[in-house]
Amino acid sequence: MSNRSLAGAIGVLAAGALLVSAQLVAQSSDSEIPRTAAGKPNFQGHWSSATVTPLQRPQELADKEFFTPEEFAEYEAGRLVVTETEANTAGDVHYQLVDFGLDRSQNDRAVNLRTSIITAPADGRIPSTTPEAQAIAAERRAYSQEHAYDSASNRPLAERCITWGHNGAPMTPVGYNSNNQIIQTGDHLVFVQEMMQEPRIIPLDGRDRISAEIPQWFGSSRGHWEGDTIVVETTNYTGLTNRNITPTGKVTERFTMTGPDTVLYQFTVDDPKVWTSTWSGEYSMSRTEGPMFEYACHEGNYGLPNILSGIRAEEAAGLR
Amino acid sequence: MNRQVGSRFVAGHPPYAKLRCGLMLSVVALSIACQPQEAVVDSGQQAAAQAASTAGPANGAIARTAAGVPQLDGVWQAMSSANWDLEPHAARQGASEVLGAIAAVPPGLGVVEGGRIPYLPDALEQRDQNFANRRTEDPEAKCFRPGIPRATYMPQPFQIFQTDSEIFIAYQYAISSRSIYMQDHIDAPVDSWMGWSNGRWEGDTLVVEVTGLNGQTWLDRAGNFASANARVTERYTPEGQNHMWYEATIDDPTVFERPWTLSLMLHRVMDQPNPELLEFKCVEFAEELMYGHLSKAAVQSEGGTGNE
Repeated sequence: MSNRSLAGAIGVLAAGALLVSAQLVAQSSDSEIPRTAAGKPNFQGHWSSATVTPLQRPQELADKEFFTPEEFAEYEAGRLVVTETEANTAGDVHYQLVDFGLDRSQNDRAVNLRTSIITAPADGRIPSTTPEAQAIAAERRAYSQEHAYDSASNRPLAERCITWGHNGAPMTPVGYNSNNQIIQTGDHLVFVQEMMQEPRIIPLDGRDRISAEIPQWFGSSRGHWEGDTIVVETTNYTGLTNRNITPTGKVTERFTMTGPDTVLYQFTVDDPKVWTSTWSGEYSMSRTEGPMFEYACHEGNYGLPNILSGIRAEEAAGLR
Repeated sequence: MNRQVGSRFVAGHPPYAKLRCGLMLSVVALSIACQPQEAVVDSGQQAAAQAASTAGPANGAIARTAAGVPQLDGVWQAMSSANWDLEPHAARQGASEVLGAIAAVPPGLGVVEGGRIPYLPDALEQRDQNFANRRTEDPEAKCFRPGIPRATYMPQPFQIFQTDSEIFIAYQYAISSRSIYMQDHIDAPVDSWMGWSNGRWEGDTLVVEVTGLNGQTWLDRAGNFASANARVTERYTPEGQNHMWYEATIDDPTVFERPWTLSLMLHRVMDQPNPELLEFKCVEFAEELMYGHLSKAAVQSEGGTGNE
């Protein structure tokens, strides 16, 4: 067994132990939830949203909303197999997440017996898009076919280190580094996702929304308490990110502690310009250890200039 | 710089009201500076009650946490010309003539104790070279995280979120952020753009030891810099509810003859009842500068591959 496989095996074993502890945590009672001096649930800390549950329900599970615990264990084990990469190759350095990142097999994970993160519509899948949204998407695809490599600003947002598809509301888990930090004060909740690391600053003080004339990549959020749940409404989207939520769209999120080490995260996306119905989802985050390291994506972005430079070289050689 | 820095605030509770009057002598607001409401009350409860009653534009007594330390939460911004040039400087042409007077450098009295940064000879040469190349090489032009202390005096606001275990600061510029750990101090696990911050209270002053900086940041738009060996000690001292005196001492024997200190005032942003940070994700504004030479249009007009 190579050192690499050994590390992977230990990671999986550790994950197995964590799974057991997560199950115990899920059964703990409400009274153990940490609270602030003001009596509110205290969300502060580091939270893993790592999961094997897909955002949309796979076609083969179309009629099955939940796994049994036994089925889930088998499903999860199958999804946590660490892909080996060839040693001393670029792929080895960039994609071997067990050694060079935090693979989800190594992350703390909350148990989720759902077969998809999406809970509504009932088929567990993102609803169909409107004709208007389809026309915009087609236009973008056509432009991209011709101009995808013309300049940096023509490249995808993630490649440019602007946003990943999982960023902002609704926040979704990613394949690796699904780590998050919450800072909570009397009048604010700050939510930081490791990947891209833009702090989502969520005022809880009932202030007015910012002008609709200010679209932002992550939108603009306002939160309030409903009992022990923090409800966050986000607007001011650009319509330009992977999720395409438009400036008139709205996402509602609910953060609820279901135990001292578990946060239930629920969301509803409401944007009639893009989708024929609203869609909702939920998953749990599991308390994990900090700190979260700096994610300086743009500062270390060697990929983008290399891609452009490679394309220009191909063009010069008459290969394109 | 006519202020004496580095010695005005020492451990323990300073004779606060007296210091404020002394400070304000150097500007013009003596009569305002010495009003009774400027006095700092040491009793946590009394101070909190006062803070509640003086919320708003008045520069009243500082708010305190339940633990009795100053509560720094809010949106702050430096008004100094420090980000243009830490040292005393006259107005001058900007790094690019294209924008005319818009890009010109406003003059500044300087924020460095003793006026000049005490560079070692080789480092001074490097600084001058940085200055000559500042249009393209200033990390700010590239939208890189600003590092510490520069993040504090970027010409954009930042917001402090204070909890007992950590003080989190979000900076509008480049949507950067950092945690100042108030408990469980450890050494920097790895170098980073924003460094590793361990904080503690000395009386009413938040003292932050910053290490683990990666040495790739600059200190201003004039090419001043420190290396990855730098150890930065920051001191945040509230002066009333709406001002905070900021000092940063930079100790880096590979770049400077001796440790030196910069200092400036931070102002609470009060233009709206509830100010907030907006998104300044500047990557898209830096792409033409950084990658423009690799665009199809640029290469076609130059007849090369962009890789020369």
